[in-house]
Parts: sequence; C-alpha cells; structure tokens
Amino acid sequence: MDAFWIILTGSLVALNGALLGSFLLLRRMSLVGDAISHAVLPGIVVAYLFTASLTSPFLLVGAALTGLAATWIIETLNQKARLQHDAAIGLTFTLLFAIGVILVASFAGQIDLDMDCVLYGEIAYVPLDTITLASGIGMGPKQVWTLGIVFVGLIILLLTGYRGLSLTTFDAGYAAALGFNTSFWHYALMGAVSLSTVAAFESVGAILVVAFLVGPAATAFLLTRSLKWMLLIASAVGIASAISGYYLALWLDGSISGAMALMTGVIFALAFVWQMVVKR
Amino acid sequence: MIQHVDNPIIEVHDLTVSYDKKPVLWNVDFTIPAGALVGIIGPNGAGKSTLIKAMMGLLPLSSGYTELFGKKLNDVRKRVSYVPQRESVDWDFPASVMDIALMGRYGQRGLFNRITAEDRSIARQALEEVHMLEFANRQIGQLSGGQQQRVFLARALAQQADLYFMDEPFAGVDAATEGAIIELLKELKSQGKTILVVHHDLQSAADYFDWIVLLNTRLVASGPVKEVLTPTLLQETYGGKLSLLAQVGDIASSKGVGTRE
Repeated sequence: MDAFWIILTGSLVALNGALLGSFLLLRRMSLVGDAISHAVLPGIVVAYLFTASLTSPFLLVGAALTGLAATWIIETLNQKARLQHDAAIGLTFTLLFAIGVILVASFAGQIDLDMDCVLYGEIAYVPLDTITLASGIGMGPKQVWTLGIVFVGLIILLLTGYRGLSLTTFDAGYAAALGFNTSFWHYALMGAVSLSTVAAFESVGAILVVAFLVGPAATAFLLTRSLKWMLLIASAVGIASAISGYYLALWLDGSISGAMALMTGVIFALAFVWQMVVKR
Repeated sequence: MIQHVDNPIIEVHDLTVSYDKKPVLWNVDFTIPAGALVGIIGPNGAGKSTLIKAMMGLLPLSSGYTELFGKKLNDVRKRVSYVPQRESVDWDFPASVMDIALMGRYGQRGLFNRITAEDRSIARQALEEVHMLEFANRQIGQLSGGQQQRVFLARALAQQADLYFMDEPFAGVDAATEGAIIELLKELKSQGKTILVVHHDLQSAADYFDWIVLLNTRLVASGPVKEVLTPTLLQETYGGKLSLLAQVGDIASSKGVGTRE
C-alpha cells in the first residue's frame, strides 16, 4: 500500500509539472519555473512558522505568493531596469532562496524543517502522514490530497483557459491587439506554477520539482507538433517517470525522488535517440 | 507635404514614442482616408513598426493619441485587424495551420465561448483566400516563410475587420507569395476596407499603394502616392543613404555590373 501512495504522490507531482511545464517550455520560460521553485522557500519557511506542516490552504497560497512575487520581480528588473532576462532570473531566485536558507537556519529550533528536506523532500514518509476522519475512517496521506486538489484546479484552469494560454503563448502581441490581457494569463500561469511547486515541495523537494517541470514537457515537444498531444504525452511521460523511478530507487535502495527525477532525464534521452533514428 | 483629409478613418495626433527616454517617433501627426491602401515607408530604424504598434495600443505613448473610425481603439477593436511581423513568433509552436487561422476568431468569440461551426467555416474561407486551405492540417513548423506569412494573413482575414495593420508582410517571402498578397490587398481595398502596410521596398511602393506615409522618426510626408514619391521628399526621408545607393547604382550601371534588382 505504501508503494501505491508514494507512486500516486510522485505521479501527481509529475502531472502538475508536465502540464504547466509544457506551457513554460513553449514560452521559453522553463528557467522561470526553476526560479519559482527556489524562490518559494522563504514563503514556505514563514508558513512553517505558523504551523508544523503546510496543511492549511491559506498557508499554501501564502507561500505560493512568494513565487508570484519572484516572477513580478523578474519582469520588473527585465522591463524597468533593462536587465537581461536570464540575469534577472539568476538574481531573483538566488536572493529569495538565500533568504529562505537563512530563515531555515535561524528558526531551526522552532520549525520542523531542515535543508535536506528542502532540497530532496521526503516522499518515502508521505504514507505516514495521513488524514483520519473523526469516525476513524482513514482518508489516505495528506500530501495526496493537497496535490490532488492542486491537480483538479489545474485541470479546471486548462479547460477554461486553454485558448487564452495557447494564444498568449504563441503570439502575445497579437493577443494584446485583440484586446486580451496578456499579463493576466502570464500571472495565472505563474501562480499555478508557484502553487504546484509549493504543494510538491514536501514530497520531492524544491529542486527536484524542476525535473518534472522541464523533462516531460521537453520529451513531449520532441515527439509531437500538436499542443493537445504535447500535454497528453508530457503527462504520460511524467507518470512513467514516477512509476519507473520508484522501482529504480527500490532496486538501488536509494532516494525515491532522485530516481524519479533521473527517470525524466532517461526518458527524454530515449525519446531523443528514438527521434534521431526515425528521422534518418 | 502632409495632406490631411476630412472624415479620416485613422487620425494620428501628435504621437511621440520613446524607448529609454530616446524618441523613436517624434510628433507624428497625419490622417488617412477610408478605403486607402497605405504604404508606410522609411529607412531601417525609422519607427515604421513602432508606429503600427503604437496605433494598436501595444506600446506606451509618451504623448499623443490615435483615433480609428473617430473613436478610441477599445471601442472599435473588433473592426481592426493586426498582422505582426512573421519573425515575432516561434514557428516551432505545436499548432496546425487551421489552429492559427481560428485564432482570428478569438477576438469576436472571446476566449471562453465555444468556437462554432461558423467560426470554422470563416477560418476555412480565409485560408482559401490565401491559397492555404490544402495545408489546413499541416503543422506550422513545416511551412515556408511565404506560407507562414499567408497563414498570418488568413488569421487576420478571419477577423472580418474593416481596417488592417500589416507589419512587413512582404519581408522574406517568395515572389509568388508577394504577388498573391498584393492581389489580396487590392481585393480587400475593392471591398472598401482600409489597409496600412509597413513596407521597405521603394521600387514596388508606387505600384502597390495609393497613399504613402514617409517616416523617419518624424513624419516626412503623408499623401497620395504621386505627390509623395518625389525625389525631394525621398531624399529628405532617406537622407544620405539614398544618395549613396543611387551613386552605387549609377556606378554599377556605368560599368555594366549586374545588380540584383
């Protein structure tokens, strides 16, 4: 049963990453996802100061706002200070991540959080932290619920916002000429990235989230030239990485989240080689 | 030579646009009559694309305003269509030709309402007009430059607008596409639509357009093609560059060297 919960948790992280990562990749913003995953750390630490875990949705959203703030700072530095986009990203996320590291160290005695957990997550412990109803019925791990709710929200965003996201991604200038608010879609996407990063943080850690934001989307981009198929293939690659990664970790007796992230890279490499062979 | 018209379809009033406090358009003021096929002409860096973007509200203005159909852009957006530069987007984006043509309907339909069968038929018709219907299911990454430009035009046509802003539609396209585009523009004009085209080839300007806006940061001239395309005004627009080009041309022809034109 533990295996099921761990794989389900990993799959949900992978699905959220694959869907959002596809749009980030097409916007050439995969590194912004990277930046957000680091930048939410101070938000998470402050949230932990209020509670032992990120169980409250308010704290989840509060922590995610740090990620949105990071994207706002990046945009402002880029547009107002004329700083190159990559330099703006590098400056912003290291600054926020550093603040987070200092906070973790300063409040080490008061919060249940250490740098190992921040970096790698504790997906193996996911099945231990369960929700039990007053009537005594077990509802499964908290993490699965958190990630599941974020996933459902993401599906709703994609179903209603598919055209807005795809139009502003392909041709933001044209979208603006049609009178659509391109900033709204930018921040809707970045808000979703922040939220899913914070939600995934406890299971796979702040760094490995990036693997799921980039790997499955990049693999799908190699294999298809249709946006709908790209989203579906990225999702499938994400789930495959989670499942194969779990058993790889079992076999190696190593880090589960590390193995899952590794598998996103392995599957990308396989797709790359396959594509090279087919194109010949 | 700046000729103003009564009841203009476009009125640009004292428009100034700056990047980093450096003006790229300075006090541009002109009017365009309805039903005109207008060429915006000037050297590289003259602010031609900036002018179109400023008129479409895509750039912050330092001063001035634009009125279309005598109204603010937001009130008439559905009657205005914009064709950005082909290079401004990533053609590796996973979409089919039909997907892009359908984007032309998003403005009329909104982002949250269903795309209807009518929208699809309008998009198909727009593709037909640019001779791209047979490629409707083709991925856009597989198109040639000329075909990409035609898809952009089809997307604009699908808006069924009355006023068209086109940014360098002839840049980097093959001769067949250039011919097809100019036929299309003349067809639109015959339907009473107004079209503004950013263009950089002086040779063809006299044949293509009936109204010319000469621009080099500031407005040099705006008026009917015959009155505007004069050596004096062109000299004023292009400055030393044009005379240099003319000299090179003279030398080349006197020595019997072939030129590409």
